Amino acid sequence: MSVAETFYEVIRRQGITRRSFTKFCSLTAASMGLGATGAAKVAQALETKPRVPVIWMHGLECTCCSESFIRSAHPLVKDVVLSMISLDYDDTIMAAAGFQADAILKETREKYKGQYILAVEGNPPLNEGGMFCIDGGRPFVEKLKEMAADASAIIAWGACASWGCVQAAKPNPTQATPIDKVITDKPIIKVPGCPPIAEVMTGVVTFITTFGRLPELDRQGRPQMFYSQRIHDKCYRRPHFDAGQFVEQWDDENARQGRCLYKMGCKGPTTYNACSTVRWNNGVSFPIQSGHGCIGCSEDGFWDKGPFYERLSNINQFGVEANADKVGMAAAATVGVAVAAHAAITAVSRVKVKHDGKAPPKA
Amino acid sequence: MTELTQVGDISDSAGERAVARRTVYVYQAPVRIWHWVNALCMVTLFVTGYLIATPPDSVTGEAYNHFQMGYIRFVHFAAGQTMAAMFLLRIYWAFMGNAHASQIFYIPFWRLDFWKGVLHEIRWYAFLEKYPKQYIGHNPLAHTMMFGVFTLGTLFMIVTGFALYSEGAGRESWQYKMFGWVFSIFPNSQDVHTYHHLGMWVLVSFTILHIYAAVREDIMSRQSIISSMISGERQFRDEDA
Ligand code: HEM
Ligand code: HEM
Ligand code: SF4
Ligand code: SF4
Repeated sequence: MSVAETFYEVIRRQGITRRSFTKFCSLTAASMGLGATGAAKVAQALETKPRVPVIWMHGLECTCCSESFIRSAHPLVKDVVLSMISLDYDDTIMAAAGFQADAILKETREKYKGQYILAVEGNPPLNEGGMFCIDGGRPFVEKLKEMAADASAIIAWGACASWGCVQAAKPNPTQATPIDKVITDKPIIKVPGCPPIAEVMTGVVTFITTFGRLPELDRQGRPQMFYSQRIHDKCYRRPHFDAGQFVEQWDDENARQGRCLYKMGCKGPTTYNACSTVRWNNGVSFPIQSGHGCIGCSEDGFWDKGPFYERLSNINQFGVEANADKVGMAAAATVGVAVAAHAAITAVSRVKVKHDGKAPPKA
Repeated sequence: MTELTQVGDISDSAGERAVARRTVYVYQAPVRIWHWVNALCMVTLFVTGYLIATPPDSVTGEAYNHFQMGYIRFVHFAAGQTMAAMFLLRIYWAFMGNAHASQIFYIPFWRLDFWKGVLHEIRWYAFLEKYPKQYIGHNPLAHTMMFGVFTLGTLFMIVTGFALYSEGAGRESWQYKMFGWVFSIFPNSQDVHTYHHLGMWVLVSFTILHIYAAVREDIMSRQSIISSMISGERQFRDEDA
């Protein structure tokens, strides 16, 4: 382990030119909105600060976050980021296995107590004492708590670690639980998405390693710089929304014309993510550009707020699957019928008890 | 909510008795103006709110020629903010106005005779009481509905409405600073949409009941109701000749 080395030293050793390095610094600084002096700050930090040790753990998950991460757009990014941090442990991509791998965890805990970053992909299931996710012969939740105890900060990758994701969908048999409900005494940054956008992930890692602290977080614990606007706020189909031009059916003319997907259940108006600006796969496209509504994959509980293809979410509190309009209209109709019936009975009883204008007998 | 037990009468010098009707000034002008502006805003909010969630059929032609959703949302936000401002003024008037002005903002929860009154009204509406009681302000059941459904419901709609508004206005907006805490309770704003939407149906149901009750009581309870909200005066129609 060469943790004392700086990031710059490592990439130079790997044959990356200084020119590529400064290019990376300015691109990264721009994506984080750091302004004109940002690139120099990033460069300076990467040249002088020792690399931050990172432990990357996997709980209940599908590895889509890792898949996204290693596909970062900038040609260098995956090498750059992987050498920027000292990724000491990641059971999915590391060479070591078994006892050897577990030994690294122990070593990092001892050597870098209170200094390393714990990146968590997936979450621990808590039911049956955590038996639904066994890692290295014991429940993942134990390993997580142990490694979290000596970490300086925790990155919760993706919807799983941030919110629970599909394994936490009702009725959540394994009791899959987001990280911040299990670890409550460490700073946690949530980077939600299913998966999060690669550039967002590398941006977060770069910020933390560059400045030695977490970026500014919002109310939900997400980095402001990538999650302070909705898909809907920057969506290129927004003019069609404002005009009132919607795809009404998947195969209609409006769909071919690329109109707004609101009526097809697009969750862009309630989803905070950078898709409509950063896009995916090197900026090639994003779901809405491909004609499919946003399903809100970076939002809490998105898996239980279906249907994906309807504007209104179903609510189950009333025993049946129905949306707010169905529940509300039924309630209003009941009131309406009750009122009509009441009016009828009133009219009948008024004929029977002749209204004589007299006051009631005093009690 | 004084119960009126005694209705006096008047006679002239010749001993001729006029029909004695007692009139009480209940709803002061600010309450009346507020009531009708608020009712107008509410109905506007029902219609535009429903259309926001279920927009009309798509318009054709170029996007730059239209602003249909834009106008619907604009009207919703304008009515919403008007309603909220009027609500604030109404709260101010609860302190400045007469005793009835504050009635819709609290419930005398610990007073037994209040709940007895509620029970009496329920029995009256269930046709179990032969005669209605008369009250100067709202009857106890109406009072409970006003506070529990209208006042709390409207407050809920204002809070969730401004929270939703802050999403478009941005993180730096005063709306987000004041109402962003809603998203600490419901991290996914889709839930806020759902509850804001359900809240509409609660208020629609309230409105149906409210208008029915007003018309019915006007006819049945021997006192003026609807005209009270126009003139401010409540006239008791009993003639103790
Ligand atoms: C009694 C009063 C109100 C009613 C009945 C009402 C009704 C509605 C309904 C039904 C929706 C659609 C929700 C959905 O997406 O399913 C909506 C959306 C909304 N309302 Fe209200 N609302 C009221 C008050 C307010 C107020 C006071 C504001 C604040 C200015 C407000 C702001 C909004 C906003 C910002 C949206 C979201 C618009 C969008 O997604 O484009 N509402 N309202
Ligand atoms: C055409 C429709 C309406 C009519 C005829 C009407 C009539 C009345 C009348 C007669 C009163 C006085 C009740 C009494 O003396 O006990 C009243 C009070 C009230 N109405 Fe309405 N109303 C209408 C619509 C609405 C709507 C849409 C709302 C709001 C959802 C509303 C909210 C209230 C409230 C909160 C009060 C109590 C006012 C106070 O005590 O300060 N009304 N209304
Ligand atoms: S496609 Fe979705 S995100 Fe885009 S404008 Fe329409 S509703 Fe908003
Ligand atoms: S558009 Fe929506 S569903 Fe698609 S990746 Fe982005 S946030 Fe997730």
